[in-house]
Amino acid sequence: MKDYEIYVHVPFCVKKCAYCDFLSGPAPEETRASYAAALEREILSGDPQPGTVISLFIGGGTPSLLDPALTDRILTSLYRKHSFSPEAEITIEANPGTLHLDKLKAYRRMGINRLSLGLQSPRDRELQILGRIHSFRDFLESYDLARKAGFDNINVDLMMALPDQKREDWQDNLRTVAGLQPEHISAYSLIIEEGTPFAEKELNLPDEDTEYLMYDDTEQILASLGYGQYEISNYALPGRECIHNIGYWIRREYIGYGLGAASLVGEERWNNTRDMGRYLAGGDLRTDRESLSDRDAMAEQMFLGLRMTKGVSRSLFRENFGVTPEAVFGPVLRKYTNLGFLETEEDHIRLTRPGIHVSNQIMCSFL
Amino acid sequence: MAVQEHIRNFCIIAHIDHGKSTLADRIIERTGLLTEREMQSQILDNMELERERGITIKSQAVRIVYKAKDGQEYIFNLIDTPGHVDFNYEVSRSLAACDGAILVVDAAQGIEAQTLANVYMALDHDLDVLPVINKIDLPSAQPDRVINEIEDVIGLEAQDAPLISAKTGQNIDEVLEQIVTKIPAPHGDPDAPLKALIFDSVYDSYKGVIVFFRLMDGRIRKGTQVRFMATGFTTEVVEVGYFGAGQFIPCEELSAGMVGYMTASIKNVRDTRVGDTVTEALNPCSEALPGYKKVNPMVYCGMYPADGARYGDLRDALEKLQLNDASLFYEPETSVALGFGFRCGFLGLLHLEIIQERLEREYNLDLVTTAPSVIYKVHKTNGEVIDLTNPTNLPDPSEIEYMEEPIVDAEIMLTTDFIGPIMDLCQERRGQYIGMDYMEETRALLKYKLPLNEIIYDFFDALKSRSRGYASLDYELCGYERSELVKLDILVNKEEVDALSFIVHSATAYERGRKMCEKLKDEIPRQLFEIPIQAAIGSKIIARETVKALRKDVLAKCYGGDITRKKKLLEKQKEGKKRMRQVGNVEIPQKAFMSVLKLDDN
Repeated sequence: MKDYEIYVHVPFCVKKCAYCDFLSGPAPEETRASYAAALEREILSGDPQPGTVISLFIGGGTPSLLDPALTDRILTSLYRKHSFSPEAEITIEANPGTLHLDKLKAYRRMGINRLSLGLQSPRDRELQILGRIHSFRDFLESYDLARKAGFDNINVDLMMALPDQKREDWQDNLRTVAGLQPEHISAYSLIIEEGTPFAEKELNLPDEDTEYLMYDDTEQILASLGYGQYEISNYALPGRECIHNIGYWIRREYIGYGLGAASLVGEERWNNTRDMGRYLAGGDLRTDRESLSDRDAMAEQMFLGLRMTKGVSRSLFRENFGVTPEAVFGPVLRKYTNLGFLETEEDHIRLTRPGIHVSNQIMCSFL
Repeated sequence: MAVQEHIRNFCIIAHIDHGKSTLADRIIERTGLLTEREMQSQILDNMELERERGITIKSQAVRIVYKAKDGQEYIFNLIDTPGHVDFNYEVSRSLAACDGAILVVDAAQGIEAQTLANVYMALDHDLDVLPVINKIDLPSAQPDRVINEIEDVIGLEAQDAPLISAKTGQNIDEVLEQIVTKIPAPHGDPDAPLKALIFDSVYDSYKGVIVFFRLMDGRIRKGTQVRFMATGFTTEVVEVGYFGAGQFIPCEELSAGMVGYMTASIKNVRDTRVGDTVTEALNPCSEALPGYKKVNPMVYCGMYPADGARYGDLRDALEKLQLNDASLFYEPETSVALGFGFRCGFLGLLHLEIIQERLEREYNLDLVTTAPSVIYKVHKTNGEVIDLTNPTNLPDPSEIEYMEEPIVDAEIMLTTDFIGPIMDLCQERRGQYIGMDYMEETRALLKYKLPLNEIIYDFFDALKSRSRGYASLDYELCGYERSELVKLDILVNKEEVDALSFIVHSATAYERGRKMCEKLKDEIPRQLFEIPIQAAIGSKIIARETVKALRKDVLAKCYGGDITRKKKLLEKQKEGKKRMRQVGNVEIPQKAFMSVLKLDDN
């Protein structure tokens, strides 16, 4: 039986952050309730899926904004429709300032066993620039409560290359957060996206060389504190790598529920509608259907797999496609291996450290 | 058929934008050849590109019947000539087919360099020139000033020149009347042996080559055995006729003084050279008409398909264009950097640009063009002289005795305010001052000898920018001169990029090399390793720049399951790479090959 994953999108937040281009925004309580009802309907009306769910990720937006009773209904319908592995990783994203002990305990009771906290920075000044609704103190409170409620698998999101941020600031940020010993740290670079308030502003962003150093600092500082890098932006204590995240990079099948959610089933990708009215109305929600050819799938397997420090498994590739990566991508692999950006170790082809810094250049060659 | 004294063969000469084509349209319209509904704006410039640029590229002709005030019907043959220095020879042949010329001068701008050049050419051909002042509807029109200028500068009687607006149609009738009274009827003896001047030809896929000619003497009809005196080509006439508006109208016979066309299952325009004389094979005229020359390309460049797979399409397109353009030359060549392409020869830069644009537009080809080059004469130590059109083929310096480069006589018409800056420009471009004539108080004609290779390298742009558009240029090849020339090579990542090599005067080599490197540094995007860009003469490096290695290109952002979005970003990046040329390990954007043509930043 095939393992697969589920993603549930909750597109609500208290207030849009200045850099955010995700599909989310503030909404009144009634909308949130009708959205939860629509989600339930989508989950229950879907085709049954063979296999076992090994991870569920409730992301957003700020899913912790939902009334726990609504979260419970959503989970119940998922459990009813799908068969979950007893060890399934079940994560909910939460923002400091939206959590209290009862809510956290309720999550535990529902079977949620992993919490992803959107901190972004332990510096209030930086939080302010980003337009976050919370302080570092709010975070510390939430973090303590989560531990109290019994969460023993917590991720903290951090952002680097922020406006006015100096290299030393980032190093301190890392040490401060890693000092709390969360099981997992995600460290993303700030990317200025079109249509966000940041895109309109004159920002004093660190230059390319500083960002380069910050990225290397991340790996070194976190390694010294026990965290291993397993993906371009993700670090974990041993054995605490995020199953859900890895699933995307090894092309495990996943079903996305909710507004704008993406799915990969068989060799078909699609997205749900991004139109809230249409989503709430129900019916056929799928858009942008794309059937992947073998060649598409092979290219994906390569460029997605290279996001992981472990790299692409050659045996998995052969299992999936009946040929070796070398047979399909020989010239590209040779070129970047010779330039020192790729290396092959036993079963895996991976980016070298210099290769990671310029990974887009290499990844796009597989398309 | 009209008798000879009722025929008027004439052309219209003017500087670009002075209204030549608009006047032609008005004449055609006024004589009722076409109703206004049928009029497509500017009948004679029927290539899309000609209309857009407002220039005439190919000669055209049209026959019009005009009923004059004296009650008689006249036949006007209006021969439209190309209006650019690149096509000087074609212009001269078209003029030779006429008995008179209408000189159109813009009432606001007055005489320009090209006006002068064309008028002198017309006078050289003994044409009666009929001046017309156009655009008198403009608020800035100064017809009196322009009339005086025509009289003073050219020495033409202009007091009764019609003051017209070709745009509004004002006073066009007066032009028509003056054509009758001031332009002479053609001479020529219809009973003498056939003697006709070819002024153009076009290729038609059904009829083969259609030859345009003016009969000087004799007659021609279907079945006549004709011989083209310069090429020696002999054939039998299939059809003769004259020019309707945009169509060919067959007729029985054409005789001395008439303008018309013939077809004779001719497969190749190269057999029917412009300027050649057509005569009867069995009863030839005693001597050919004077002035024929085989026009040779003056400017060469490499043209490569951006997508190597379209080499065959490019070849087919060039072949088709050549059917109509005997002066276009091409032969296959190979470049290490650009792959398979063609070395193409043109009459000048405009001709080059036109062909390039037509290839891109009409044949949907994406092209990479290398820096244009003139023909250098390389005198080798073994006594051999080679004509060099591709800098890459320059022999080893040890085998070269000396080199010569083409020199032109250039005339620049300008307002006196800009004499200083333009003289500086000519000086920078190795010009040799010949003289200066004042036209009137504010205008002058500056004469220089200039190396052609300095003109084909952004001279027009520099001239326009330094004179704020108030200078115009005309030039004519006057010969070859010995010169200290060197080949400048460009090395990217230590590898010579053949497509970027060019010949330059040794005095300016350092400067050009430095600018090339700077420009390329801006054009070549950072890549995965450091890329040195060097300019070299032989093994000596004279300039260097470095494109720093790309340090960071990573999407450290979470996209969750939205792989499609990430893939789209990577695809966009990949697309960008596709538009680059791989030279060794370096990707060079195609526009880098062309950006080096424009280095003047004054």
